[in-house]
Amino acid sequence: MEELLHDFLTESNENLQQLDRDIVALEQHPDDSELVNRIFRTIHTIKGTCGFIGLDRLEAVAHAAESVLNAVREGELRVDRALVSDVLAAVDVIKHILDVLERTQREPAGDDTALVARLETWLGGGAPDVMVPDTAPDVHLEHRSAVGDSTLRVHVGLLDKLMTLVGELVLDRNRLVQITGGRDDPALTSTVQHLNRVSSDLQEAVMRTRMQPIGGAWTKLPRLVRDLGASSGKQIQLEMHGAETELDRQILQAITDPLTHMVRNSGDHGIESGDVRRRAGKADAGTIRLNAYHEGGHVIIEVRDDGAGISAARVRNKAIDRGLVTREAADAMSDAQVLRFIFEPGFSTAERVTNVSGRGVGMDVVRTNIERIGGQVELQSTEGQGTVVRVKIPLTLAIIPALVVTSGRQRYAIPQVNLLELVRLSDAPGSQGVELLHGAPVYRLRGSLLPLVFLGEQLGETADESRAQFNIVVLQADGRTFGLVVDGLSDTEEIVVKPLGRHLQGLDAFSGATIMGDGSVALILDVPGLARKSRVADDGHARETVQREARGAGDAGDVRSLLVVQCGARGRLAVELASVNRLEEFRRDAVEYAGERMVAQYRGDVIPLVALSVHLGHASALPDRERLPVVVHTRSGRTVGVLVDRIIDIVDQEIVVHQTRPRPGILGTTVIQGRVTDLLDLDGIVAGHLAGDDAETEAAA
Amino acid sequence: MSHQYSTFLVGGHLFGLDVTCVQEVIRPMPMTRVPLAPAVVRGLINLRGQIVTALDLRVRLGLGAHGPEAAPMNVIVRADDDVVALLVDEIGDVVMADPDAWEPAPSTLAPAVRDLIPGAYKLDGRLLLQLDVDRVLDACVAPAA
Repeated sequence: MEELLHDFLTESNENLQQLDRDIVALEQHPDDSELVNRIFRTIHTIKGTCGFIGLDRLEAVAHAAESVLNAVREGELRVDRALVSDVLAAVDVIKHILDVLERTQREPAGDDTALVARLETWLGGGAPDVMVPDTAPDVHLEHRSAVGDSTLRVHVGLLDKLMTLVGELVLDRNRLVQITGGRDDPALTSTVQHLNRVSSDLQEAVMRTRMQPIGGAWTKLPRLVRDLGASSGKQIQLEMHGAETELDRQILQAITDPLTHMVRNSGDHGIESGDVRRRAGKADAGTIRLNAYHEGGHVIIEVRDDGAGISAARVRNKAIDRGLVTREAADAMSDAQVLRFIFEPGFSTAERVTNVSGRGVGMDVVRTNIERIGGQVELQSTEGQGTVVRVKIPLTLAIIPALVVTSGRQRYAIPQVNLLELVRLSDAPGSQGVELLHGAPVYRLRGSLLPLVFLGEQLGETADESRAQFNIVVLQADGRTFGLVVDGLSDTEEIVVKPLGRHLQGLDAFSGATIMGDGSVALILDVPGLARKSRVADDGHARETVQREARGAGDAGDVRSLLVVQCGARGRLAVELASVNRLEEFRRDAVEYAGERMVAQYRGDVIPLVALSVHLGHASALPDRERLPVVVHTRSGRTVGVLVDRIIDIVDQEIVVHQTRPRPGILGTTVIQGRVTDLLDLDGIVAGHLAGDDAETEAAA
Repeated sequence: MSHQYSTFLVGGHLFGLDVTCVQEVIRPMPMTRVPLAPAVVRGLINLRGQIVTALDLRVRLGLGAHGPEAAPMNVIVRADDDVVALLVDEIGDVVMADPDAWEPAPSTLAPAVRDLIPGAYKLDGRLLLQLDVDRVLDACVAPAA
């Protein structure tokens, strides 16, 4: 309430100053309808707002003045000196009330009946006989307003200019700090330190002048949601929380459209019609809830609806239909991973195209726009319960903290918004932990596989093979995580983002450039662009064949990479990774039979399946579970899937093979991770299987 | 009326740009390479806090790129709010050119270059090839991929 009152006072004071001038001008130009309208609107606004916050006295006076002005507006009354005096008297009373309000937060007591009566006499058609010079005895004509004087309207262009100048100052400060770093001059050092502090404060202060509440981007939404509900016959409520959360106006502008789009999507596709909702046991009216808040130097905006949610199955099918992913890969993906396809260009699961949305241009544009300002967008949805779209954006674009890395003797800046952590690997043999997943390098980070992108390679530079250490910058873009391998890590620095000129447009690896402390120019890496370019974003989820990278193979001796699988209750088996093509998971119902033989459709082919347990003389052909891990092996152009119970691990170690009594399909026994493990003769098993297959085919022919 | 041209040498040829579009001429600058950029973009330079794209005129004029050890001079040009550095071999004088000595470029010029050179002035003992700055800058924008 206090805030409301404060806003009201600020606005009214601005308007009232104009009002005095306008009313006086009206006296000289009684026929200026524009002027009359403006005066009317001002009084009308005051009256409207004070009714809202319960200021009765103010409302009565404003109402009377408004009625007179309305009559003037309608041409029923002519403006003359007496009328202007009465209106001015009303304005004075209004000012007085506002003045007291500002000091005491309360309306002053007082009797305005005489004034109101006078004003009403005008409406009756006659001019009041007696001029009452001053109806409010305690009016301060010297109206001074603390609120009014403490705010100032400033042109946005000036603020932008200030921000640019501060940016320049920050660059020079960075430079100066670096230059003085190596000198031993106490006076200089302390001056630079002070400059450092002042420029940081200045930067923050200027940044704050450009901050605007996010509510500004939401103003059109209530109307939008209302119209949406009306045209689709749905009941939709819009809740807005955190409208006062501030962010840079440049960002505010950039997110207005994407936000509108997300809300429209929620209303159009998310919220169901009343009877559908009733059947689902939900309230008739659907709710779209906007929530904005600050979190760790960023602004989070959530658009949450309690609608139908998105069917992961439908998205999955659509993605397969559109060839974005193979069925196997899609089946192995979690629902959360599948839902990311929503952000692919042209992707829409809406079954019908409405005039509002569903044409398949939508969430990809939202994502692009949000990533353009260095933000991220995520989507969570539970079918039947609703959808949440979460947007994370920086507070400001102009000056951002960044990590400086080197690659190919050049430095590059990585915006910290994308940064998760840093991993440094020394060159100790066998400890690098970089493996190849079907040719794609990965690093095992706390048990999960992190796809690696080599910056040098992405930038088309020849890799520096002799590097002694390995730096992985773990980055996040588009809800996916990947490791960027760089030659070296430098400091973090506040950088001022400058756009690239038109001759460098279309380079998706860079989002801009900046000037470093030493005066050189560094390019700013566009992390989402880099992820897309390296296809991490597309392939990051695919479980592919794991191969230990052949790095340093020469001195590795007898160290071999082995895939350890489980088959049967006790059976631990190892297979040379080199003979494994891919690791897949098939659904149990994907296993079909051709005659006696198990087969499965795989990448447009029908491949035979070998149940390892049967082959080794264990029990049933298919383990009793929904998902079947399959080791895919290709031998002389023919692909076979080997069904195992569980993929245990991939290990790199020196192996000593102990020959035991000959068993079919087993080469020998070794010890892996302290446990006895049989070495599987995958080649032999598959060859035997294929031979049997061929014999059968020939017999059939 | 005679025109003033800021002249420079590229690959042994004397070129001239209208002085009004030349902001300044500066000595070789430290350059930040831009990986993946078109060949004509040699890098970015810091011109008193402004980041300026440096375009290699040798590449644009089909005269072979500057070697990595070359230290080309920067002709800073301004056109349409664009500030760009053109890399040239050597800086010449500002020349007052006599319009009577102007002739349109011969149609035998290589097509890639003909658009950039509207004509030439016959100076004493050598030709001054007139460069059209807008066309040079436009021609250096990579076609949309």
